[in-house]
Amino acid sequence: MVTPSLHTGSRALLKKIGNFTLSGYAILFFLFLYVPIIILIVFSFNDSKSVFVWQGFTLKWYARVFQDARLLLALRNTLIISVASTVISTIFGTMISVAMERWDFRLKLPFDALLFLPIVIPDISMGVMLLAFFGLIGMAQGLGTVVIAHVAFNISFVAVIVRARMASLDPRLEEAAQDLGANEWQTFWRVIFPLLLPGIMGGALTAFTLSMDDYVITFFTSGNESLLSLYIYSLVKTGVKPNINALSSLMILVSMGLVLLSLILQRKGGGDNVGLM
Amino acid sequence: MQKATTKRQRIALWTLISPTLFWLTVFFAIPLLVILFYSFLKRGTYGGLVYEFTLNNYVRFFDSLYIKIFLRSFRIAAITTLLSLLVGYPVAYWMATRPARWRNTLLLLMMLPFWTNFLVRTYAWIVLFSRKGIINAALVHAGLIDKPLSLLFNERAVIVGLVYGWVVQMILPCYASILGFDFSLVEAAKDLYANDLKAFTKIILPLTMPGIVAGSILVFIPSLGAYVTPDLLGGGKTAMIGNLISQQFGSANDWPFGSAISMVLMVLMMIGTVVYFRIAVSGDKTSTGKGG
Repeated sequence: MVTPSLHTGSRALLKKIGNFTLSGYAILFFLFLYVPIIILIVFSFNDSKSVFVWQGFTLKWYARVFQDARLLLALRNTLIISVASTVISTIFGTMISVAMERWDFRLKLPFDALLFLPIVIPDISMGVMLLAFFGLIGMAQGLGTVVIAHVAFNISFVAVIVRARMASLDPRLEEAAQDLGANEWQTFWRVIFPLLLPGIMGGALTAFTLSMDDYVITFFTSGNESLLSLYIYSLVKTGVKPNINALSSLMILVSMGLVLLSLILQRKGGGDNVGLM
Repeated sequence: MQKATTKRQRIALWTLISPTLFWLTVFFAIPLLVILFYSFLKRGTYGGLVYEFTLNNYVRFFDSLYIKIFLRSFRIAAITTLLSLLVGYPVAYWMATRPARWRNTLLLLMMLPFWTNFLVRTYAWIVLFSRKGIINAALVHAGLIDKPLSLLFNERAVIVGLVYGWVVQMILPCYASILGFDFSLVEAAKDLYANDLKAFTKIILPLTMPGIVAGSILVFIPSLGAYVTPDLLGGGKTAMIGNLISQQFGSANDWPFGSAISMVLMVLMMIGTVVYFRIAVSGDKTSTGKGG
């Protein structure tokens, strides 16, 4: 009986070593994810024009970001677009989610496909498609066309998230409300809507983030408007500068804040993290 | 799910659906048809469109120049996918085998960078890789090299940028399928084979294959259609399909050809997606067998 126990003993040791190696590897992976971002943030406080040698702490690059008139204009335009496209796509996306998860109808499959396609199609294709379309109908490019384009891709993302939430609702709740004498309108606003709300908020925040971040589709639909992602892109193209680091750090902060907010909202309703997929 | 039978229900159904239906028809489906139409037109001598039918735009792919860009794009997307799998699978495995109370925090830690602005994350690699970048500065400072290495503006930099950008999309589905994996099967296998490697390749790997396939497609699709990463990290020499399309609608001013490339790219993506759903559905079937 000695040999088998020795055998299991060495097996346990091997398992421990394996587990240890795997954990070390996973930590390295998380470093790979975070180190580039952390370096970017650290060097945004560097008091040197040549970015790469540490010469002491400064906030002057941040001050410069807030004094950049072109940037502030771009930020204002981008916020207008993101808010507008988020509001429209969240309302439309929620409406279609309720319908699609509630009823069966003949054209459902093609609708499903149409709703899903904007997620699958590459940004570049969607961008040139809309460029060609707006050109053909003679619509002047500007903030309006960017909002239209952003709604066109955001509806699909909102719908994916809200539908997941809708599908997880217990249909008996609705029946119970109607048994108690609520009509469909009351049932929706008093029962379904409050339960959907975490999903709707998650969808809205996802839409807002996607709209803020989008470069490719915005580029092809914006004409000469000055917008945040286009402005950052033009800066990045010219090379590394400390004020880009500062601006990037601010954007990292805002994105991470939004993700955390979205998670908190979705958790509150006991939902899963589908908004982040 | 019920059928909308009463008139009231049908009105409600169409009221809820029509805004999205309108938007996606006018601003998505019709634009798609517009470039499908354009892809069969001729380019005018000074750009612009000539309304004559031709298949020439699709034939032109087979010019060696464009074939080269297509092959390069496929190669970059394939290497990115493979690397993401090699890098990501062990991480997914590790996360899925941690205690439940850790898992959500780890997921959050992984998603935070993923939801950071893509441009900013790509820019971070320029900060690291450029000639006067952090890595070169550190290596020169340490006396390991005399003059800076050219780390940026090549295929390797593009691949690093793409893996960094999309590896999370590989990890999530792998994580989900490893989480659903029944580890008592491994114990049973070890009793029979008594070999960790065999247990892994014969049991764990095949049974988590739906996650691997899903993750591979979620990485391959955006990598193949990449525009920003090759443009910023690849320089002019490593253009991919996305850059080629953009060029046709920009400086080359050949919209019909750009439309044709775009159509081919979209069809490839759709094929990939259909494959994805086939596998996702069959994956569901195998997981229902476990009953739980």
